[in-house]
Amino acid sequence: MKSRAVVKFELYVAADSQNSAQATANLRALCRQYLPDRHEIEIVDVFLEPKRALAEDIRMTPTLLKVSPRPVRRIIGTLSQTQRVLDTLGLTAATP
Amino acid sequence: MKADRRRTATASRKVPTGISGFDEITGGGLPRGRTVLVQGGPGSGKTIFGLQFLVNGGRYFKEPGIFVAFEETSQRIMANAESFNWGLQQLLRKQLLFVDAQPHPDLAQSGDFDLCGMLAGLEAQVAAQKTRRIVFDALDMVLALLPDIAARRREIYRLHAWLLDHALTCVVTLKAAPDEPTSITQQPYGFMQFMVDCSIILNHSVVLGVSQRNLRVQKYRGSQFDENESPFVIGRSGFDVAIMRTPGRADTQVTHERVTSGVKRLDTMLSGGYYRGACVLITGFPGTAKTTLSGAFADAACRRGERTLFVSFDSDSTEVIRNLSSVGILLNRHVKSGVLRVVSSRTVHGSAEMCLVSIKEIALAHDARCMVIDPVSALSQFGNETIAYGVAERLLDWSKAERITLVCTSLSNEISERAEDDTLLHMSAMADTWIHLNYLVQAGERNRGMSIIKSRGTAHSNQVRELILSDDGVTLADIFTAGGEVLMGTMRWEKESAERVAAEVAAVAGKLKGVTLDAEQAELGVRLKAVQTELLAKQIEKTLLARTTASRKAEVLRGGVRMRELRSGDVAAPRRKRRQ
Repeated sequence: MKSRAVVKFELYVAADSQNSAQATANLRALCRQYLPDRHEIEIVDVFLEPKRALAEDIRMTPTLLKVSPRPVRRIIGTLSQTQRVLDTLGLTAATP
Repeated sequence: MKADRRRTATASRKVPTGISGFDEITGGGLPRGRTVLVQGGPGSGKTIFGLQFLVNGGRYFKEPGIFVAFEETSQRIMANAESFNWGLQQLLRKQLLFVDAQPHPDLAQSGDFDLCGMLAGLEAQVAAQKTRRIVFDALDMVLALLPDIAARRREIYRLHAWLLDHALTCVVTLKAAPDEPTSITQQPYGFMQFMVDCSIILNHSVVLGVSQRNLRVQKYRGSQFDENESPFVIGRSGFDVAIMRTPGRADTQVTHERVTSGVKRLDTMLSGGYYRGACVLITGFPGTAKTTLSGAFADAACRRGERTLFVSFDSDSTEVIRNLSSVGILLNRHVKSGVLRVVSSRTVHGSAEMCLVSIKEIALAHDARCMVIDPVSALSQFGNETIAYGVAERLLDWSKAERITLVCTSLSNEISERAEDDTLLHMSAMADTWIHLNYLVQAGERNRGMSIIKSRGTAHSNQVRELILSDDGVTLADIFTAGGEVLMGTMRWEKESAERVAAEVAAVAGKLKGVTLDAEQAELGVRLKAVQTELLAKQIEKTLLARTTASRKAEVLRGGVRMRELRSGDVAAPRRKRRQ
């Protein structure tokens, strides 16, 4: 049941900086592979929505927030180490 | 005029920190719109320095600031800062913003990242608050997360460029462990040293068990600065950096007003007492009544209604009051009325620097006009020898600037032959009036002698006086000199009483002599009269004798003639002839 739920992500990026672009690409690839059809990704540009970034305590970019299901997880960086990202997000069990 | 313009230009290029002493060292504060690096070990005061820079900006210079906390949470920093009298709560929101930037405890990291998120957030706040000052506290915390030196460098340059862009005066604090490699370039963030325009090193060391804090400006582009280590303390109002008297400071106003020393004859010796705002040094061996003399001063000041502070390093305040009451100096009533404040080393302690700060704070809080520090030589104890001299000098400078009349006592070294030349802290050179108390051991007793060694700008007696403590207070007595020796104590008393007796004896003897002479005179008069009477009698007798003789002769003559006539036989003629 739980593993079937839709996973919502917020990815905070700094415009089109290299790190942010990499993180976006890595996240999309990861979702395609491990969470097909049950993920939502919102890309937030901190330069466009600084207040929101502040409110969410975003200090470093890129930062990935898994907002649902609970618990909230956050992970910074380009998300290049896929296994580590999966561990952190608690998605290992969902692996087919 | 050209010089003037240049000076104003220089001044405007600097941002005053409002930190006591620091702006003087750097000639005006931190470089405007530039980045300043503050480095120091744990507990060296980096965070406080940064926070005070912002607080003062908000309070005094209308420059709002943001504090970015990488290590401690803002709540904790604020809670810690509550112990300072900064009125932090009033500044929050408008003048001072805290941004928490501690890496989340459950933060995971995968791959490279940058600080754009933070800068974007800050940018919004800078625009809203019109921020002029910003502090990044413990930037090393976030830099440590970056995977390699290149990434750290990149982020620091990003930050630096952003700061320059927004013309913010920035303080970045970094931890510096004392055992780090000496070469700057080998340090993890050594390149920051070259990037910033001003670099400050805070040092916290323990010398002989006493905590000593030092601040040193390592570099300051385009500005002169004091290159030496300056001691500082963190007191109730935050940083207090010690500075020597700056030549540009306006001279303290001097006065001709005198204040009494509390001992009448001492005032006379000083031709009127101490000058108001002067520094008086009382030196002497243990037990020479230094405290008593200074207590007399405090008592007199309180009687005039002047607020007075008595700092006692040797004994508790209650002991001081009790001990002084035994010589008729009753301070308790002044304490009760609030005019006098007596503090002991329980209140004033720590390094000499800390003592100075507490003394200043207490004196200001008490609004003291007169102050006693007993003994000032205590400042040089507890591993403070090296800095005590500077502290004493600053104490004097400060009390002069505040126009506080200061009486300091100082313990002389009893072993030293000449008590005059070893007064601690070189206070004797700085003091305006120097009174020395001494023991004179003579005929099996010790007595206290007092002399004025110097008193600037006042005529003063060159006489040694004996200091006498009694139930009624302190008095000075003349001393006797006999055969080049000074007589004091019992010997003086003996001499005095001997003189009194001698005078009495002389008076009685004189009277007696007068009476004797009178008697002799009277006797002679009587004798004279008797002799005169006798003389008269003799004269009469003589006259009578002469007369009888003459009459008898005549009778005899007459009788002879008659007999011859009767005998008619002798020739009587030649005898008659001879007689005729």
